[in-house]
Amino acid sequence: MNVAVLRSMLWIALVVAGPFAAALPALGAEIPPDQRRSGYADMSPDNKAMQDDDTSNPGMLAVLDGEALWGTKAGTANRSCADCHGDAKTSMKGVAARYPVFNAARGQPVDLSQRINICRSQHQQAKPFAHESKDMLALSAYVAMQSRGDPIAPPDDQRLKPFIEKGHALFMQRMGQLNLSCSQCHNDNWGKNIAGNIMPQAHPTGYPIYRLEWQGMGSLQRRLRNCMIGVRAEPYAYGAPEYVEMELYLMQRARGMTIETPAVRP
Amino acid sequence: MRARAALVLAATVLCGNPSAAQSALVPYTIVGDAIPQSLTGVPGDAARGRTIVLKRENTCLLCHSGPFPEERFQGNLAPDLRGVGSRWSEGELRLRLVDATRLNPATIMPPFYRIEGLNRVAQSFRDKPALTAQQIEDVVAYLETLKDK
Repeated sequence: MNVAVLRSMLWIALVVAGPFAAALPALGAEIPPDQRRSGYADMSPDNKAMQDDDTSNPGMLAVLDGEALWGTKAGTANRSCADCHGDAKTSMKGVAARYPVFNAARGQPVDLSQRINICRSQHQQAKPFAHESKDMLALSAYVAMQSRGDPIAPPDDQRLKPFIEKGHALFMQRMGQLNLSCSQCHNDNWGKNIAGNIMPQAHPTGYPIYRLEWQGMGSLQRRLRNCMIGVRAEPYAYGAPEYVEMELYLMQRARGMTIETPAVRP
Repeated sequence: MRARAALVLAATVLCGNPSAAQSALVPYTIVGDAIPQSLTGVPGDAARGRTIVLKRENTCLLCHSGPFPEERFQGNLAPDLRGVGSRWSEGELRLRLVDATRLNPATIMPPFYRIEGLNRVAQSFRDKPALTAQQIEDVVAYLETLKDK
């Protein structure tokens, strides 16, 4: 029988089992690796075409801005990214595919935008970019795009383990007045219709994305905040460690899937 | 006398009475898979109930679909509401709306009349249920009208 039928039977079995269903092994189970799909797959042909063509992909405007920033000297050190990192096509290839990484100086993982700001403040002596600012999104998009086409490859770093586990716990925990976990929607009900939209599996393959609903670019954190607001939970502040932990877990969950930054989404 | 005490004890065990701390919610009693008694004693208004179900902000149609030809976007994460009044009694519907986790701990149905045991509720929704007791009654009244043809 197919997985959808099995899932329905499991559902029915659990409703019947009711309060006796203390252990719930099947629900919240990971999506089998060969069934993982990017949100791209559920888009309309028009939106797919928009993403596929660099001359029509609105996210490419941010990438071009980011390319300009890459070469612009900044800060009291009067240094550009290029001055240290050279050609981004070479130096930044694979970076977005493996972030977040452990930062020894901070003793905790950092995501790409935090790493950009570490470079800004420590190596350029420049003011860090504000969360979700045009410049941060542009530079992140430019850097991440250098991994486009690469498989997601989180590093096998034991120091990350406790943070990945925290991220997993966050993904599994019910939250908000609507009392829902990420897993309940994105592991258990992906592919179904949530009032006119196909429920995605929620893989971070294309961030920062150009979301048509936003009419603009946005980071993974912005998307996670939207979800938290959607279940009537208090979102964590931008830059909160919880987002890095969730991203770490999401990258593990999406291991091997292809980076498609800058993605277009409805 | 003893039988009556035992009955009271049994009702208390099954009771969905919120603790004294959450005096904002009216107490209710679960019997089997239902809350037989009205939360307010005021009959639910089915027309109001339909309006509540259709209002996007109340989230019903995110997951459910039903006999709402004017509504373009309805979900299929949860059972279709057509005929729900034939499948469940008023009391059974009341429990499912109030707190479906009582029947299925893994349910995706939000607890529309609970304020405790929730995690990180947004400030503007804190300490109040998603639907008021009367709104629950209105929705129950409406859903009971959805009979199989």
